[in-house]
Amino acid sequence: MLGWELPPYNSGGLGVACYQLCKALTKKSDVDIEFMLPYEADHQIDFMKVTAALPQGVETIIEAGGVYDSHKYVYQDGHEEWHDIVGQQQMFERSVGRLVESREFDIIHAHDWLTFRAGLRAKAHSGCPLILHVHSIERDRAGGGDGNPLVREIEALAFLMADHIVAVSAHTKRMIMQDYDIPGDKIEVVHNSIDRDLMIPLDDHNVYHYLESLKADGWRVVTNVGRMTVQKGLFNLLHAACEVIYRQPKTIFLLVGSGEQYHELIALSAELGISKNVVFTGFQRGKNWRDSFGIADLFVMPSISEPYGLTVLEAIEYGAPALISKQSGVGEAIRNCLRVDSWDVADMANQITAAVRDRSLTEELHHNAFQELKQLSWNDAADKLIHLYNHHTATAASRRLAGAAA
Amino acid sequence: MTTPAAGAKKAIVLYLHVHQPYRIRHYTIFDAGQNHDYFDAAYDSRESNERILQKVAESSYLPTNARLLELLNKNPQFKVSMSITGTVLEQLEKWSPAALQSFKDIVATGQVEIVAETYHHSLAFFYSRAEFEMQVRMHREKVQQLFGQTPQVFRNTELAYNNDLAYWADKAGYKGILAEGWDKVLDWRSPNFVYRPTYTNNIRLLMKNYRLSDDIAFRFGNQDWEQWPLTADKFTSWLNAEPEATNFNLFMDYETFGEHQWDESGIFKFLEYLPQEWLRTPGNTFMTVSEAIDSFDARDEINVPDTITWADTERDLSAWLGNAMQQESIHALYSLQGRIIATNDLALIEDWRRLQTSDHFYYMCTKWFNDGDIHAYFSPYATPYEAFINFMNSYHDLTFRLREQGVTV
Repeated sequence: MLGWELPPYNSGGLGVACYQLCKALTKKSDVDIEFMLPYEADHQIDFMKVTAALPQGVETIIEAGGVYDSHKYVYQDGHEEWHDIVGQQQMFERSVGRLVESREFDIIHAHDWLTFRAGLRAKAHSGCPLILHVHSIERDRAGGGDGNPLVREIEALAFLMADHIVAVSAHTKRMIMQDYDIPGDKIEVVHNSIDRDLMIPLDDHNVYHYLESLKADGWRVVTNVGRMTVQKGLFNLLHAACEVIYRQPKTIFLLVGSGEQYHELIALSAELGISKNVVFTGFQRGKNWRDSFGIADLFVMPSISEPYGLTVLEAIEYGAPALISKQSGVGEAIRNCLRVDSWDVADMANQITAAVRDRSLTEELHHNAFQELKQLSWNDAADKLIHLYNHHTATAASRRLAGAAA
Repeated sequence: MTTPAAGAKKAIVLYLHVHQPYRIRHYTIFDAGQNHDYFDAAYDSRESNERILQKVAESSYLPTNARLLELLNKNPQFKVSMSITGTVLEQLEKWSPAALQSFKDIVATGQVEIVAETYHHSLAFFYSRAEFEMQVRMHREKVQQLFGQTPQVFRNTELAYNNDLAYWADKAGYKGILAEGWDKVLDWRSPNFVYRPTYTNNIRLLMKNYRLSDDIAFRFGNQDWEQWPLTADKFTSWLNAEPEATNFNLFMDYETFGEHQWDESGIFKFLEYLPQEWLRTPGNTFMTVSEAIDSFDARDEINVPDTITWADTERDLSAWLGNAMQQESIHALYSLQGRIIATNDLALIEDWRRLQTSDHFYYMCTKWFNDGDIHAYFSPYATPYEAFINFMNSYHDLTFRLREQGVTV
C-alpha cells in the first residue's frame, strides 16, 4: 500500500481513511499490508508494517510551513535540497522503486496522485496488479478549475495504466469518467466509512467554554472543520453567514482549520462586518477538534467539489447534523443531510437560518443521520476491496501461466 | 519679511515620547470564558510585557536618563519635554522601579516638562469624547502623583491632530498642542515657528520638524544615508544655517535612544555632544514646549480639517484604522463602552481600556505586511491576522464577563 500520510501526522481525511481502511483489511484472513509513506515517524500502528520510503542518503526531511509547501531534504553528507510537492512526489517514486526490489507482494494499492507514479514504478518492476484508490482528483482540489496540468498528466497516465480504479463515491467515479475518459467498468465505488470504535467519545466538559456560555444565552453555533483551501468553498460560507447573522444575530460561525486561504478568510469576515460572529481557531487536534463538532448545532461542508467528506461522519458521530453541498460524495451514504449547491449562497443562508432557528429540524435531522451512520462499516469496504484483489491476483496468475506456457 | 532682532533666542525643542503597551498574549477561543489574563504572556514569549519592559529599561531608559541627568546638571539651559503614557508608568512601577526613579530624577531638575496625553495611548478622541476626557484626566492625575507636575501642553496619541482636537484642547485650558509638521498642512510655511490653530484664540501649535527629527530617529544609524555618520556639530550646523527660525521642534520616540538606534550606532554620543555644540553659538538655547510657546508669537494660523498623524508616508490614521480588521475590532471594542462603564467593575473597565491602546491596531496593519519592514519590527506577532484573532478573542471574553454580570450583549 502506498500512501502520503497516516494519523496523527495527517493534514486531513486522507490519512484517517487510509488508516481505518487498512485496519479493517487486516482483520480479514490472508491480508498483510506494508504501508509506505514519504516520511519517517512513529505512528504506533501494530496491525501493519509502516515503512518510510526516504530517498537514498536522506537523513531527515524538514517541513517548512504546511504539508503542501516545499520541504527541505537533508542528506547524510550534509547537502540540502528543496523540493516542492511535485518534487516530493518524484522523490517518493524513486524511493519506492528502490524498496520494492527487496520486497515480495501480490498487489499494489496506491492512494491519490502523489503515490501514483510510485505505484506505476512498482508495477513495472514486479508485474503485480495496480489498484489506484481515488480520494480526490485534481479538479476537486482546484475548486472548479482545471488545476495543475502536471498533476492531471500524472492522473491521466496512471488511470490508463492501472488495473483497476477505486473511487470513494459515485460523484468521484463520474468525474474520473468525464475528465479522463476512463470506462465506468474499470472504476469501482467503495464508500469511505468510519470506525466508530476508534473515536474517542466526548466528555462532559466542552473546551469551548465561551461558546457554551453563549449557547446558554440562546446563541447557536455553526461549525466547519477542514483545510482552508479553494476546494472547500468557504468564501461562499462567509457570504452566507453574513445573511444568516443579519437575520439571526445570535449565531456564531466556528471555523476550525488552516490553509492557504486562512488569512484571506479572516480579512473577508472583517470586510463583511461579521468578525464578532466568526471565530477562527487555526488547526486543531484531539479534544479541541472533537469538541468543535460537539459544540455545533449545525455542521456545514460547502465544498465546491468533495469526493467524499469524512468530516460529515465525524460531525454526526459527535452530535451535529450537516448541511452539505450537492457536490459531495458523502451524500450518497448519508441521506439525512441538508443539501445545497456550493455556489448557491442565498439558499445556503436560507437553510442555515432555518436550522439555527428551529431546534426540531436539527434534532430530527441528527437523529436520522445517526441511524444511518451506525449502519456504515469499513468491513463492507474491506470486503469489496478483497474481492477486487482476488480477481486481479487471479488474473495476473493466469496471465503468468499463459506466458510460461507460451 | 521680519528678521530676528539682535540677541533674539533660537531654541531646540526636544520632545520625547515614552510608551509601552500591554501586548496581548497568544489568547485563543479556548481561553475565552476561562482565563481573563489577556496581557500576561509567559516571561520568555515574544509578547511578554515584563520581559520587553525590562529589556527596554536596560537598553534605553536607564542609560538615556543617566546621560540626560548629567547633561541637565551640567547645562542649565538644556531642556527636555516628555510625554509618558500611563501604561508604561504602571509597567515601570511593577517591573523596573529603578527606571521609574531615573525619570523622577530628571524631572526633579526642573528642566523637564511633562506633556499631557491619554493614559492608555488610545484613539478614544475619535470614538468617545467622554472616554477620551476620562483618560486624559487619569493621565494628569498619574503625572501629578509621580512627578508633581500638571501638564500644560497636550499631545494626542500618535500625534493624531485636527481642528476639533485643537478646539477641544483650547477649551480644556491647555496653552499648547503638538502636531506633525506635515508639508500638506504647512504648505509654504516652515515648522520652525509657533503657530495658532484655526478656530482658536489662546492655544498655540508646535509642529514637528520631521526632516530633522527623522535624521535622528530613523536615519541616524543607516550607513547608506549620504549624511552618515551624523555628528552633533554637523547637525547643529544645519540648524544654524536657518537664520529666521525660532524653534526647532525635534519630536521623537524616547526609545530612539538605545532601542531603535542602538548604543553601537553612536546615538548616545550624539546626545551627549548636542547641548554643547548647539550652545556654542550665542543666542542658541533649549526650551521646553511651554517655554517656546511663552517666548514666541504665533506666526500664522494653521488649518487642519482632516486628521494628520506622525506615521508613515500617508501621515494619516491608516496604519491603525486602514483595513477592515482594524475597523471591526475597534468598533467592537467601543460598542461595549456604555455597558462596561455601567458595571463599575474596575478590573473589567481597566482591561477594556488597555485594549484601546493604539498599538493593538497597529499590529493588525497589512499595509506593509509583505515587505516585513518597520511595522513588523514593532509587532510581537508573526502576522497581522494573529494580532486580530488574539484581540477578538479578548473582546469575546469581555462580553463573557459582561454576561456574567447579567448584562445583555
